Amino acid sequence: MKSYFSELFTGGWSLIVGLKITLKALFTPIVTVQYPREKSVITPNYRGHIDLVKFEDTGTHKCITCGSCMRDCPSDCIVVDGEKREGVKGKFCTVFTLDFAKCSLCGACVEVCPTKTLDYSDEYELAGFARGDFQYDLLKRVEERE
Amino acid sequence: MELFYSILPELIRIVVCAVCGAVIVFGNALVMGYAERKLAGHIMLRPGPMEVGPHGLYQLVVDGLKLMGKQLVVPLKADKPLFMLAPILAFAPVFVPLLVIPFSDKLQGFDLDVGYLLILAFASINVLAILIGGWGSNNKYSLFGAIRSVAQNVAYEIPMLISALAIIFMTNSFSLKEIAAAQSPVWFIVIQPVAFLIFIVSMVAETNRAPFDLPEAESELTAGFHTEYSGMSFSLFVLGEYANMFIICSVATVFFLGGSSGIPLPYFEYSGIIWFLAKVYFLMFFLVWIRWTYPRTRFDQLMNFCWKYLIPFSLVNLLITVVMVKLL
Repeated sequence: MKSYFSELFTGGWSLIVGLKITLKALFTPIVTVQYPREKSVITPNYRGHIDLVKFEDTGTHKCITCGSCMRDCPSDCIVVDGEKREGVKGKFCTVFTLDFAKCSLCGACVEVCPTKTLDYSDEYELAGFARGDFQYDLLKRVEERE
Repeated sequence: MELFYSILPELIRIVVCAVCGAVIVFGNALVMGYAERKLAGHIMLRPGPMEVGPHGLYQLVVDGLKLMGKQLVVPLKADKPLFMLAPILAFAPVFVPLLVIPFSDKLQGFDLDVGYLLILAFASINVLAILIGGWGSNNKYSLFGAIRSVAQNVAYEIPMLISALAIIFMTNSFSLKEIAAAQSPVWFIVIQPVAFLIFIVSMVAETNRAPFDLPEAESELTAGFHTEYSGMSFSLFVLGEYANMFIICSVATVFFLGGSSGIPLPYFEYSGIIWFLAKVYFLMFFLVWIRWTYPRTRFDQLMNFCWKYLIPFSLVNLLITVVMVKLL
């Protein structure tokens, strides 16, 4: 008999607590982001595909075509090539492509880069109709960036 | 001809009442369909319908058009006459109770002496419709849903009627207008809070809504009694459900919340409908609120709650009320 009434009161109280929680939620601002129309801020820790960093002092990347990233890459998705040019110290980078379809986002290339010119981009809207759509020319990307 | 002229005003009254009833049923389904989805969204911290029209306002219109355009699929082994009859039976009787609901002092179809009994009788047809639909579908889930619905509705009609009976003993009338008028100083929710609570709980169970939506429990019975229904026959069930919600909330308003009484407005005989609808839609909001708060009860919990708590409490409440009415 005692449990009959105690169940009634504890049960009834739990119902009121539940109603309070949902009423509070009803007046809490919504958390949905209306995606194509508004976008949330990407955290700096986000590891997208790799990208060349544009340094402010030189106005471009600092790739010395050492090829460490290419050699370290477990998926063989980076191609770097360069040539010797008049008046430029070291090699001049002419090709830097990434086959993102093969990339496993391990980040070994970013770790090994001696000039810290490789970094993760915050690009997440990646979709394509063919494998070729994921062949990124990173040199072109760094020039197009403002 | 003389007979015709003598009944003409009554005829016009019937036609006007029927038209108003239809407007209420469809308008209420539109408002509640939209409000329910919006409230559900905001309780879950998401916006609800947003794409069709400003804040998804035209969503229900588009949904209605879609449902009308869809094919009515009758399962091969279904009992076709019963299968087609059920949605009509769920929807058609909801117009009758609207006739006796006193929206304001003068806005009432007919003031019957047995208004509440009429509402109870016609609201019960809904159970029959669910049973016929579940049986006629020839589908085990539908049948289980129908059986559950019958068991639940029969059980919960008892505390509902007994708690309402306490009010009827106090007012000595089944007429909704007289019950509403009897609450001029204080609403009955103050005098009869226990009866009000029991009525609200039974009301949720009677309309088959969460947390008592076992007849359509989607995680166990796919969609319960309306698993096999598509297109317009499905939407008739939904329209019926929303109309029943409106009716039962109106009854609760008349019984416990003072009907159309409130702060006086100009032309109060008519404008009382504003207060009435405000109270009804507050109760509807409450129904939506608890739907998105509580998980579905188990069937034994549902039955235990009714037989062990609601019925004894409503009986004790009735007994105390009768003694008090006799003494005072």
